[in-house]
Amino acid sequence: MPLLEVTDLRIALATPNGLVQAVRGLDFSLDAGGTLGLIGESGCGKSLTALALMGLLPDGAQVSGSIRLAGQELVGLDERALCALRGNRMAMVFQEPMAALNPLHRVGDQVAEPLRIHQGLGRRQARQRAQALLERVGIDDAARRMSGYPHEFSGGQRQRICIAMALACGPALLIADEPTTALDTEVQAHILALLRELVAERGMALLLISHDLAVVAQNAARMLVMYGGCLVEAGDAAQVFARMAHPYTRGLLAARPVLGGAADARAALRPPLPTIAGSVPPLHALPPGCPFAGRCAYTIAACHAALPPLADLGGGHGVRCIRPEAIAGAAP
Amino acid sequence: MSRFFLQRLATLIATLAVASLVVFGVLEVLPGNAAQTLLGPDADPEAVAALTAQLGLDQPAWQRYLQWVRGLLTGALGDSHAYGSPVAELILERLQLTVPLAVLAMLLAAALALGAGLYAAAHHRRPGDWGLMGLAQIGIALPNFWLAILLILLFAVRLQWLPAGGFPGWSAEDGGGFWPALQALLLPAVALAVVQGAILARITRSAVLDVLREDFVRTARAKGLSRRGALWRHVLRNALVPVLTVMGLQFAGLLAGTIVVENVFALPGLGRLVFQSIANRDLIVVRNCVLLLAAMVVFVNFAVDVLAALIDPRLARRAG
Amino acid sequence: MNAAPHASATARPHWQRALLHGSLVLGGALTLLVLAAALLSLWWTPWSPFAMDMGQRLAPPGAAHWLGTDAFGRDVASLLLVGARSSLLAGVVAVGIGLAIGTALGLLAAARRGWVEELVMRLADFSFAFPAVLSAILFTAAWGPGLVNAIVAIGIFNIPVFARVARAGALAVWSREYVLAARACGKGMLRTTLEHVLPNIAPMLIVQATVQFALAILAEAALSYLGLGTQPPQPSWGRMLSDAQTLMHQAPLLAVWPGMAIACAVLGLNLLGDGLRDLLDPRMRAR
Repeated sequence: MPLLEVTDLRIALATPNGLVQAVRGLDFSLDAGGTLGLIGESGCGKSLTALALMGLLPDGAQVSGSIRLAGQELVGLDERALCALRGNRMAMVFQEPMAALNPLHRVGDQVAEPLRIHQGLGRRQARQRAQALLERVGIDDAARRMSGYPHEFSGGQRQRICIAMALACGPALLIADEPTTALDTEVQAHILALLRELVAERGMALLLISHDLAVVAQNAARMLVMYGGCLVEAGDAAQVFARMAHPYTRGLLAARPVLGGAADARAALRPPLPTIAGSVPPLHALPPGCPFAGRCAYTIAACHAALPPLADLGGGHGVRCIRPEAIAGAAP
Repeated sequence: MSRFFLQRLATLIATLAVASLVVFGVLEVLPGNAAQTLLGPDADPEAVAALTAQLGLDQPAWQRYLQWVRGLLTGALGDSHAYGSPVAELILERLQLTVPLAVLAMLLAAALALGAGLYAAAHHRRPGDWGLMGLAQIGIALPNFWLAILLILLFAVRLQWLPAGGFPGWSAEDGGGFWPALQALLLPAVALAVVQGAILARITRSAVLDVLREDFVRTARAKGLSRRGALWRHVLRNALVPVLTVMGLQFAGLLAGTIVVENVFALPGLGRLVFQSIANRDLIVVRNCVLLLAAMVVFVNFAVDVLAALIDPRLARRAG
Repeated sequence: MNAAPHASATARPHWQRALLHGSLVLGGALTLLVLAAALLSLWWTPWSPFAMDMGQRLAPPGAAHWLGTDAFGRDVASLLLVGARSSLLAGVVAVGIGLAIGTALGLLAAARRGWVEELVMRLADFSFAFPAVLSAILFTAAWGPGLVNAIVAIGIFNIPVFARVARAGALAVWSREYVLAARACGKGMLRTTLEHVLPNIAPMLIVQATVQFALAILAEAALSYLGLGTQPPQPSWGRMLSDAQTLMHQAPLLAVWPGMAIACAVLGLNLLGDGLRDLLDPRMRAR
């Protein structure tokens, strides 16, 4: 049985414009110890999905469908039971390390907190474990530095601290929502490497959310591509990158800037950065049919009619498109 | 941290120095000869001259100022003309009432504010929030002396639970005692606390709402803290700093309020002393009392600054 | 990137808009009520506020005297109407003084920076040590009691408040792009201040003015209560309370009306200020 099984997840948000369908019918699963990358641009619903898993959606959000963690249904679970799971069986690392830590609490205390909440450890014991965790994530001189406050650490170090906090109770599932987006490139690499190590070491499942294809390619065995609140492509990372069955996935890869390579003399002749024409449809005015229709080069009339079903391309690779063969024929 | 402390201390001393200059200056501008005023327009010129010399009024201003400052530092504040006793004694006696009153009022206000503010913020956009904030608006609009009179009407005249005025003193030998004294201070403290509490409640609510929006609250919940747990362990401490700062600033208003409220309840406190001394033209008393009141405000703000820096270490760092 | 659109995005939900208007409407209504009372009193009052009728002392509310009479047989309703004048006068002049001088100082500090700013702000900082009522007591004691002295005293202590607000707002405007551009084109400081800075900080000054107006009314009432403000026989809400206190046993209602009048005026101004602040803020941000 997979560790995490999400079936027909739908999330609606209350906005001044009424109820908005932010996530529409998401299905995926994650095995214990597996890694899953969730990719998509801003507003596609990936962060909301993560928050829904943790039960931390804003007030007024409605969730339907099923989320099963180790067989336990999370949708509709009462708050107390969810609190017992959060930070304990499933943990989350957020995007902004600069803001994620309480500036008035010592770093060691913040890392020790989940241990005291869930495992009932005494102060000294929790601090000892916290120190060990901080050392593991690469904070030098942890014994002394754990008495420091967050503002005494750099962004990368703060993210390490957040990771230590998330790992404290040995969760089965770690959700990382754009963990490196707010960090320098060099630091990004270190943090991602750390995550890889920890996942392998502890047999944790990792749900990695990002808008960066490279991050997902290097760190996830399987991946999901989201657009407009829907899943548009899913499968093993290697397969998805090889085939790129959905035009959006294809567009994402093409839009990446390519550095170096061609000689500088030809720099002026390099074609402009490819973009995907058009923009994401507003959530409160979602058109019927494929959300990518209109921006897609292969759109036909039928694309606007109804949301395409998920087509199985074999080997666990699925794509939500009615013309996969047309796209497959085109050059990548 | 110690650098921050010293900086604040230096500011404290400088402010007090300027305050003393201002107080001295304002009273200097008083028209007429103070001795003349004290003795009356028909007084014997020789008596006036004698009193003038006695009070040192014939000396130049700067000399008198320095004498006063020296007196302040040594504790020899001179004698009150109206009461005939040393000013220092008078002030100490009166402080025994005003300080407990101010402290009691501040504690009540803080309790009121934190309770109401937290509740309102936790029940944001629901009836509890609107109701409490409506009450707070009304509370702010109430003149504290009117509230005092209403409280007297209800609790002293109608229900006769509490005294309508006067102060029996803290010691039982003088006919007072701890509980009687506290009872006498209760209504005045409530009158003061309601207005301050209302202002602070709004600030608390606003500060708590600001903190609730911060990312680290979400992190706290992601660690498994319940909403209430996150509120107590993370939000409260962070919201405390702006609330504390406002409390310090409000203390001046509180002291001003005690002047009026002491008059309503005929309490022999520092505020009443100031007021009566002004009426009596007892300038020495006025000078020292006003400076003392200003000093209390400055000191409380200093204490608040230091406390805030202890709670939020970033504050000390920025200044240092 | 957080994909969740917040419920409180740019457009306000309907109930919030209603409340905003509620604050503004109620505040405006109460303020206008007090203003109307003061204006009406210039022209007509049920009885003359100075007319004593010893036969009708301490009468309860009735047909002849709607709110009753005081210890001298004077009609309470008329006293309230005329008393509104002192309160409003105090508010207008005190705030006027503070607004005019304080804003000028604040603008000067923001424009000049350097030691001028330091001086102005230090003076403003020192002023917090003297609560307004205390200082007003001092002043009126030094120069004698009376409405004029009370108003001047209150006004002087409004100056640092407005100076601080004006300076803070002005600094924000000075750093804006188009102001920098104007200066680069050689526009003088005075012109820039008058044409750009002042209109931009006007909304926050207006909001602060309503707050200070309310505080001025409270201060004048407190001073009159202590006998240092409006002098008899001129009616004043504060002094009515002081008189009523001595008669609490015989005529408790006398203590209710003037206090309610003060509370209404202050509440109205505070609500008005709140409503204005909410109304003007988003527009300022959108600019």
